[in-house]
Amino acid sequence: MTDINARSVTNLSAIPKEEYLYKCTSACAGCSSSLCLRYVLKAAGSDSVLVVPACCTSVIQGIYPGTAMNVPVYNVAFAAAAACASGMSEAFAAMGRETNVIVYAGDGGTVDIGIQALSGAFERGTNFLYICYDNEAYGNTGMQRSGSTPLGARTTTTPGGKPTTKKDLDRIVEAHNPPYMATACSAYPLDLYKKVEKALSIEGPKFIHILAPCPPGWRYPTEKTVEMGKLAVKTGTWILYEREFGKLSISGPSKAAMKRPALLEDYIKGQGRFKNVSPETLDLMRQQVQQNIQRLAREEAGVC
Amino acid sequence: MLTIATGNRAVADAVKAAKPGVIAAYPITPQTEIVEQIAEYVTAGDLSSRYIPVESEHSAMAACIGASVGGVRTFTATSSHGLLYMHEMVHWAAGARLPIVMANVNRALGPGWNTWAEHTDAFSQRDTGWLQVFVGTVQEAYDATLMAFKIAEDERVLLPVMVNLDGFTLSHITQSLDTVEIGDFLPPFHLPHAIDTANPLGYGPMTGPADHFRFRWDIERSMRDSRGVITEVEHEFAERFGRSYGPTEDYRCEDADVVVVAMGTLGKEAEVAIDRLRDEGIKAGSMRLRWFRPFPDLDLAGREVVVIDRDYSFGFGGVVAHSIKSKTGIQPYSVIAGLGGQEVTYNDIADFVRNRHPGEEMWFGVNDHV
Ligand SMILES: Cc1ncc(C[n+]2csc(CCOP(=O)(O)OP(=O)(O)O)c2C)c(N)n1
Ligand code: SF4
Repeated sequence: MTDINARSVTNLSAIPKEEYLYKCTSACAGCSSSLCLRYVLKAAGSDSVLVVPACCTSVIQGIYPGTAMNVPVYNVAFAAAAACASGMSEAFAAMGRETNVIVYAGDGGTVDIGIQALSGAFERGTNFLYICYDNEAYGNTGMQRSGSTPLGARTTTTPGGKPTTKKDLDRIVEAHNPPYMATACSAYPLDLYKKVEKALSIEGPKFIHILAPCPPGWRYPTEKTVEMGKLAVKTGTWILYEREFGKLSISGPSKAAMKRPALLEDYIKGQGRFKNVSPETLDLMRQQVQQNIQRLAREEAGVC
Repeated sequence: MLTIATGNRAVADAVKAAKPGVIAAYPITPQTEIVEQIAEYVTAGDLSSRYIPVESEHSAMAACIGASVGGVRTFTATSSHGLLYMHEMVHWAAGARLPIVMANVNRALGPGWNTWAEHTDAFSQRDTGWLQVFVGTVQEAYDATLMAFKIAEDERVLLPVMVNLDGFTLSHITQSLDTVEIGDFLPPFHLPHAIDTANPLGYGPMTGPADHFRFRWDIERSMRDSRGVITEVEHEFAERFGRSYGPTEDYRCEDADVVVVAMGTLGKEAEVAIDRLRDEGIKAGSMRLRWFRPFPDLDLAGREVVVIDRDYSFGFGGVVAHSIKSKTGIQPYSVIAGLGGQEVTYNDIADFVRNRHPGEEMWFGVNDHV
């Protein structure tokens, strides 16, 4: 009989069967960020602690005294996740423990209110993994804009569409020169799983930025969650890559997409948040996608 | 070992003796010397703590929270704007029942920038669930910091402790300091709810009204129990090291008709004023309030009371004066003095007593009765 654990993880069936995120959480139907968390925890295993700032994940766990998670979860204030994880990581180091310290934070808690703590923790070389699941708005409080909301997207605080572009979090993190950083998307769980595994095998500050489509926020039917993630990647709107010790490599699913991206409209049109987006905005969005593709392709090819 | 030291140095030396697993540090005048001195100890190998040079005070307290629940003794120090910047996490630390010890070097708040002593910073954290002690000498800064760890970590307490010392008038002045071999005075750190991956729990998830209410009552219950624990620890400290402390430090109070209540260095200054007044035949005494939370029961019945507040609650009054009024029913003469480092001498304090108007409030140097 094949030993599943010994087999390298090249297909979904080889991912461990242990569950650390139980069924029937209080996530919305079709929530892709909780799907991602399930794979993150499978990759991390039981000797792991999640540090969670205020975000949808604080809700998904359920209400005291219950918990939907099978690892310790330390909930902390909105701006404090990276700093709290710093302290925890140092405490474990002081005790000689090798427990994984993983922050699982939304985009608001990362690119807006938590960016100072994030930057500090990365600059100090904290040994932890920071994961930002990006649903491109403040989900917990009912879909207000965040710095990570894309141009043109309607949220409850940008009812006419966001007039400015998405903050480039990855380039901010990259400027800290972490030993490992990657992007991922909920529609590619195997890719995510492998990236988490690899990240946790490296000492120092690691970062994974996951695009996590969100049915109520993006205003699409719940059953389209996986499709939405695929379209984000296929149109080149979201590019999957890894950066190990500064070296960029584009991940499989994005390679083809970057050569021949699908039409941006395919991604936009199914989302209520982009309803009535003007042709000028759409044009700007297209240009942005092109620029990102070119920038990363050049970098991977060693042309700067 | 007998030496001389500043108040800041005394705190750093007590931290060195307590050997925290993790120290989070961020500078602010007049506290900076504490985190600098600790950095020296860590770099020289005299202290094996993990030292986290955080990027803000909010993160300093967040890091202490993560480290404490991770299972090690933790310390940080701050002052004034730093304390207020971490306010959210100050609440979090107490609510999470983490025995973090923090030195707060009392300083005024801007605007304008003023780095001198005032108690407004600490009092702004009054309702967070932290125990707060105010010290008056360099030796006491050392002793109180050591005891703070033991009190905080006692399972009947499990609340954080703030050790307050006045900016400059204590943080930067030099007095004699007797450092001790602490031996087993501090037991190994043990947190019953430390993170254990073999027993995965949710910490601080969403909590309904009934449980929230119960948790808040639990803080108050421990706050009440902490009175007995403080007394026990102060007794043990006296037995082991020969220096005794209590909720107040009383000076010539036994037969006093009028008692001056003050905190921090002004409370020590008051003792000199008392000697003056006694020479004049005025039966005065002083009571330096050490513990502010839990607030002690004060034996003031049948006396006149002059309270010096180095703080103010706008639209209400001096915080200590009002605390005493509500605790004892006495109408004190409320003197507001020393804000932003205003100089207050023992002569001034003697004048407060000579010219007292029970039940009234006076801002020294602004609307004196003198
Ligand atoms: C200091 C502070 N300000 C505001 C809030 C309210 N708040 C809680 S979660 C949240 C938004 C979280 O958004 P994000 O980080 O994107 O995560 P998501 O909810 O989308 O998962 C806000 C504004 C808070 N808890 N603390
Ligand atoms: S709002 Fe979006 S991210 Fe939050 S729980 Fe619902 S689907 Fe998930």
